[in-house]
Amino acid sequence: MADEVKLFGVWASPYSRRVEVALKLKGVKYEFIEEDLSNKSDLLLKYNPVHKKIPVLLHNGKPIVESLVILEYIDETWKGNPILPHDPYQKAVARFWAKFLDEKCFPALRKAFSSKEDEQEKAIEEASELLKILENELNGKKFFGGDKIGLVDIVANFIGFWLGVIQEAKGEELLLTHKKFPILCKWIDEYVNCSVIKENLPCQR
Amino acid sequence: MASQEVKLLSLWVSPFGHRVEWALKLKGVEYEYIEEDIFNKSHLLLELNPVHKKVPVLIHHGKVILESLLILEYLDEKWKEFPLLPQDPYEKAIVRFWANFGEAKLLRPGWPALRSQGDEKEKALKLWIEDLEKIEGELKGKKFFGGETIGYLDLAMGWISYMLPVWEEVGCSTILDPKKFPSITAWTEKFLSHPVIKENLPPRDKMVVWFEKRIKEPFSAQ
Repeated sequence: MADEVKLFGVWASPYSRRVEVALKLKGVKYEFIEEDLSNKSDLLLKYNPVHKKIPVLLHNGKPIVESLVILEYIDETWKGNPILPHDPYQKAVARFWAKFLDEKCFPALRKAFSSKEDEQEKAIEEASELLKILENELNGKKFFGGDKIGLVDIVANFIGFWLGVIQEAKGEELLLTHKKFPILCKWIDEYVNCSVIKENLPCQR
Repeated sequence: MASQEVKLLSLWVSPFGHRVEWALKLKGVEYEYIEEDIFNKSHLLLELNPVHKKVPVLIHHGKVILESLLILEYLDEKWKEFPLLPQDPYEKAIVRFWANFGEAKLLRPGWPALRSQGDEKEKALKLWIEDLEKIEGELKGKKFFGGETIGYLDLAMGWISYMLPVWEEVGCSTILDPKKFPSITAWTEKFLSHPVIKENLPPRDKMVVWFEKRIKEPFSAQ
C-alpha cells in the first residue's frame, strides 16, 4: 500500500520548511497544502484542534503536529538518511539543542528584530548571548550534526536562512556579523549550499 | 559486571526531578542522588548545565543529560525494563505532543497563576482550566495515560496528583473539582497508589512550607 503523506504548512514559515527538508532528505513523496493563517481551513482545525497551527503532517490519515514532534516521527518512520544520531546520548544532546533553539533562541531573535528602539539594544544583547552559545557548540564541526546535516541544523533554519533575509530587509547587520560570529556565519554558508536545503529555500521576496 | 554509574542532581521539591526518579526506580536503576540548593547553585551544577543552570541533571558514566523529558527518553532507550514510551512512532508522537502541552500550558504557568492575585489570577486560572480540560479529555476512558500501566505521559503529568493540591492549598483556590475533572481525579488516585510513586513523593507538609515561603517572595522563574 502506498503511503499517503500530506503537509499543511505556509511557504514562508520556517516551521513547515523544516518538515519539508526532512521529507525531501528521506525521499518521501508528499502533497503540500498551503494554509491561509488568516482564514484557517476546516481541515487544519480538525487535525490540530488544540493549537490550530501549522505544520501538520498527515500520514495515511493520521495527524502529527508540532514541528519537533513531526521531525522525530519522520525519522522513526522512514529510516533512510537519519536525522537523529543512533546513540542515545548523542540523541539526547541533539534534542537538547533543538529545544534550546526553539524555546530560547527564536523568541529572543524575533524580539531583537521587532523591539522598539529603546528596548532593541537590550534585546539584541540577549540574542547575541544565545548566538554565542550556539557558536561555541558548533566549534570545529561543519554542521551541528557533524559532517552531514542533522536535527539541529534542520531546526536552526531560522538562523540558517531567515535571519539573513530579515537583516537584509532591515538594511543593516544588527546582530549576525562575520566579525562577531565567524563560526555561525561559516555554518550558514555550508547550510544554504547543502543541496537539500538549497532546493527548499523560499524565494527571497 | 561493573555497576552502571548513574547520578542525579536535583532539588527535593522539583517535579522535573521527581519524574526522573520515578523512571529510574521503575526501571530498577541504581543511582546516587545529589541534592542541589537552587538558591545557592553549586559549581557542579553550573559546570554540568551552563546553558540553563537548572536541575535535574542526569550523569551516566560521566555523560551529562539535561531536561527531564529528554532524560526520560534517554532512560527508556538505555534500560529496556519497564518501557515508558510506546513502540509505535505515531503513538509516540501523541504522548510527546501531550507531554509538551502539559509542560508549556500547565506545569510552567501553574504556580505563577496560583500565586497571583485578583484579576490577574482570575484571568490566568480561566485559561489554565481550559487547558486542563483538554487533559481531562485525553484521559477519558483510560486507566492511565499509558493505558493499563503507567508510562511516559503519566510521569510527565504526575505533578498534577501531588503538587497541584499543594498549590491549591497555598494559593487558596480549588481547581481540581472531581465533578469537573472526574477522569483526572480517578487517575490521581490510581497514580498515587502505584507502589513506586507512593514511596517516592516529597513530604506534603514540607512542600506546603516551601510554597508558602515562595508566595511571600517576589516571583522569579527558577
